[in-house]
Amino acid sequence: MSDLEALVSQAEIDFSAAVDAVALEQVKARFLGKSGSLTELLKGLGKLDPDARKIAGAAINIAKQKVEAALEARREALRHAALEARLAEESLDVTLPGRGHAKGGLHPVTRTLERIEALFRGIGFDVADGPEIETDFHNFTALNTPENHPARSMHDTFYLEGASDVMLRTHTSPIQVRYMQAHVARHAGAATMPEIRIIAPGRVYRVDSDATHSPMFHQVEGLWVGESVSFADLKGVVSDFLHRFFEADRLDVRFRPSFFPFTEPSAEIDVSFPSGPLAGRWLEIAGCGMVHPNVLRHCGIDAERHTGFAFGFGPDRLTMLRYGINDLRLFYDGDVRFLSQFR
Amino acid sequence: MKFSEKWLREFVDPAIDTQALSHLLTMAGLEVEELDPVAAAFHGVVVAEVLSVAPHPDADRLRVCSVNAGGEPLQIVCGAPNVAAGMKVPCATVGASLPGIDIKRAKLRGVESNGMLCSARELGLSEDHGGLLALPVDAPVGTDIRHYLDLDDNAFVIKLTPNRADCFGMLGIAREVSALTGAPLCVPEIVAAPVTLTEVLPVSIEAADLCGRFSGRVIRGVNARAATPEWMKRRLERAGMRSISVLVDISNYVMLELNRPNHVFDLDRVKGGLTVRWAREGEQLVLLNEQTITLTPDCGVIADETGVESFAGIMGGASTACSLDTRNVYVEAAFWQPDAIQGRARRYAFSSEAAHRFERGVDFADTVAGVERVTQLILELCGGEAGSIDDRITMLPSREPVRLRPLRVSRVLGLPFGDDAIEACLQRMALPFARDGSDYIVQPPTWRFDLRIEEDLIEELARLHGYDNIPTHPPVGRLAMPELPEGRRSASNVRHLMADRDYQEVINFAFVERRWEKDFAGNDTPVVLANPIASQMSVMRSTLIGGLVDNVVTNRRRQLDRVRVFEIGRCFAHDAQAVPVPGFAQTLRIAGLAWGAAQAEQWGAAARPTDFFDVKGDVEALVLPWQAAFVPARHVALHPGRSASISLNGHVIGFIGELHPELVQRYELVSAPLVFECNLEPLLGSAVPAYQTVSRQPAVRRDLALLVPRSTTLSQVLEGLRSASPAIVQDIALFDVYQGKGISDNEKSFAFRIVMQDTQRTLADAEVDATVDQLVMYAQREFGAKLRA
Repeated sequence: MSDLEALVSQAEIDFSAAVDAVALEQVKARFLGKSGSLTELLKGLGKLDPDARKIAGAAINIAKQKVEAALEARREALRHAALEARLAEESLDVTLPGRGHAKGGLHPVTRTLERIEALFRGIGFDVADGPEIETDFHNFTALNTPENHPARSMHDTFYLEGASDVMLRTHTSPIQVRYMQAHVARHAGAATMPEIRIIAPGRVYRVDSDATHSPMFHQVEGLWVGESVSFADLKGVVSDFLHRFFEADRLDVRFRPSFFPFTEPSAEIDVSFPSGPLAGRWLEIAGCGMVHPNVLRHCGIDAERHTGFAFGFGPDRLTMLRYGINDLRLFYDGDVRFLSQFR
Repeated sequence: MKFSEKWLREFVDPAIDTQALSHLLTMAGLEVEELDPVAAAFHGVVVAEVLSVAPHPDADRLRVCSVNAGGEPLQIVCGAPNVAAGMKVPCATVGASLPGIDIKRAKLRGVESNGMLCSARELGLSEDHGGLLALPVDAPVGTDIRHYLDLDDNAFVIKLTPNRADCFGMLGIAREVSALTGAPLCVPEIVAAPVTLTEVLPVSIEAADLCGRFSGRVIRGVNARAATPEWMKRRLERAGMRSISVLVDISNYVMLELNRPNHVFDLDRVKGGLTVRWAREGEQLVLLNEQTITLTPDCGVIADETGVESFAGIMGGASTACSLDTRNVYVEAAFWQPDAIQGRARRYAFSSEAAHRFERGVDFADTVAGVERVTQLILELCGGEAGSIDDRITMLPSREPVRLRPLRVSRVLGLPFGDDAIEACLQRMALPFARDGSDYIVQPPTWRFDLRIEEDLIEELARLHGYDNIPTHPPVGRLAMPELPEGRRSASNVRHLMADRDYQEVINFAFVERRWEKDFAGNDTPVVLANPIASQMSVMRSTLIGGLVDNVVTNRRRQLDRVRVFEIGRCFAHDAQAVPVPGFAQTLRIAGLAWGAAQAEQWGAAARPTDFFDVKGDVEALVLPWQAAFVPARHVALHPGRSASISLNGHVIGFIGELHPELVQRYELVSAPLVFECNLEPLLGSAVPAYQTVSRQPAVRRDLALLVPRSTTLSQVLEGLRSASPAIVQDIALFDVYQGKGISDNEKSFAFRIVMQDTQRTLADAEVDATVDQLVMYAQREFGAKLRA
């Protein structure tokens, strides 16, 4: 090994031994400083003849480059190590919770109503609304339930002091009436009246209160009126809805004859789940039927030319079945521990 | 409507079992709510006679009986208190099986017992376990008790819809089952009784709009103390009625059998004749149920010379009711107009079997048959002699024929319904029809009040065909894209926004305590419910705040220390001009409440209570892209120095503030919640974005700290500065407020960031400086502001 090679090796060893930047610079001085060994060798070149100087100069320069490269490599290694050490010190406990505002949530029944709306919007239904203090005409009479009709006793109605012809609506069906009247007025004079396709969710009121009845609860009314709307279509829409809502293709749905003054023929809708705690039981879930011609006529619609169906679901009950809630009163109790489970 | 299956099967006996019958009825619209065997499943129990009773040598409460169960006398140990020699009882013999017990030969306290004497509960007949079930003295010893008491039977309870009043009797249900199954209908033959009296009670019908038909007859010499036969008692009991006395039982039996309400007067207590008329104002009547009512002129009555005897079509009166001493009776069956009965019983807070039927409509063709059937049973069971039937018709409902068009049937139901199918259905329902071209002209029967129009018949066809057999079609409709106004958002968007800002949605009752209206809205004239369910739910809310505060109260009780809730709901107020229901404004409002720490407790962030500006920030986010104006305003429920009105586009839409300290104390909230409430509608407007050029020129920022008197509000200063700014001022924003050390007590400092920019050129320093100077001078002049050093 030549002296120069030995020198380069020594430099590499010494650089590696330097533990930080300061020590490295001191080691560097020993080789490359003013009186460093390489500097001394270069100074000694002057004493050589030109040919020998040329050869020796080239060799020294190569050695010097090697030393400088080793120095730079060591500097980089030390810088990297220092950075690593600093970053290691800066490390966080990433399992600590994130900061800032929490998120609130919607009421479970609202969640259900939003899903119902989305499903029906998907087949072209609009969403309609109506007043909760309703006239006797809209709540009963226009719905083919004249005064003293026995069907009125099916609805225990809240009345208001000092106003005999109004009440808290007992169902969302009066929205049908208001919507149809407005629709007819909007399209008066047109050769064909566009189809009516609406759902109408809302709060309704009945004088009833126990574990399965709340004096205020929700309904969602549906209405499709057109020139060729049939009972088979009603079955189609309602079955489709129930399967999509419960995300259960194997859900059994049955239609059973019933009576509502504002539909004829009328049906109750029962569902039966294939699994779960209520599996195999028929659960009454909605009322429906073909809109009674008297109702269409009350709203100014030609009942000969148009037919329609209507249905009324209880979103509270749908919500209970969907999420396995066993007490209706929880919905109206404002218990945040319950409500916040439906974020 | 409750009834015995065996009774029904006497009228119509289709070859289907009980479960299939139940399903058939349910799927035809006569929903079976309950179906129970009348007795438990047991066998080996016979009628026995207790021959003798002796004390048990080792047990005070046991007796050793000798019992004749049809063979050799049996020794049976019995613990029932009522056991007595001579009585007839059910006896479970060795080998018998009862619910939960098999009868074996056994020793009870050392005495051999060969069977068990039974109570009603042990046989599953009732809950009565007070002693042995005593059987009639003529019960034949050794007969199987199931046979003797006719226990292989089921009790059905069906829920009848108001349109099917014809099914309030066995005959009606039987007609239905016959139509559904094709099984023949066997109606009991009603034979006219021999008329042996000439007497006719004078009857006068004064109001045809009350009574359409009145049929009756005198029967003299009846024995009202005769026993009701066991078969009749059983049927009444299985229909949910108690046996009372033979005359009452017969009357009820015929009502259940033929769905023909009727009345049996004690003839000797009727003075003069009967008059059917509307009541006179204030007339009083003591009903059979002892209730005394004061009548109004829209109530129908039957009166005699002395006064009102009966609430027509609803309930008989006490004064002419039959008793065990009754000897002579007047049997009446009438057709009462449904309009004249509807709602009347409910008004007096009771219901009756008769009213329930008449207000829905009862067959008007069978009053004479009804009287004959009652007569037949009275003569058979109580003896007596009958007079002729006096049948008066004043006004009967018309039964207009209904046109049924096959094409319409198919169109409404969505399935082809051929002539054959239609005719088969009509025939099964025994509906007479004629053809008119392709149409059917159908004659509804006198007992069906619900077959008036074509749709009613279509429903009958659908029921008979079976709703299950109607196809389930994916519907066909014309497609049209929905309107999607970009300048509107939905209530749902608003809800999500609130939820995203850490508010939990609640739904509170719309009826509240009267005190809440006073406390939270200063409302002394709320909309009041006439029939509230409870006093704390007696008035309609005009504000949502009461409910939200109550949510804090209940959640605090459940140990929560931070509650953030919101609700969207209608608020109600008297308003003569309101639409769409005059008299009542019903505005949709949104309200939020934040109580407790500003943020949920967390590491690395100091906890601080929610304050006004936290909630104001939420409201500002809610109204984006617009800016709301907040003006100090007093509100009855809010801290007077920490409340403001919220205005949008120049209209006040709501309020915001800290709950008044007095209310905080009254509702025991410990610390004050921050609340806001707004009309929802203005928040549903949004804006279609309008593009503005983004300047490429550099912006210049200058900060400006102004000392102003403490009473000066930020909005005064900010609005002033903005109005005084030249066009190059793009934005003036507050970034700090300071009061305290270093400035005088009656001053505060506002620090503003002023951003200046021109769209066309770079601003010169001189122009920027001049603008700032101009604003400072303006502030000095307008607000007495000083530049803060």
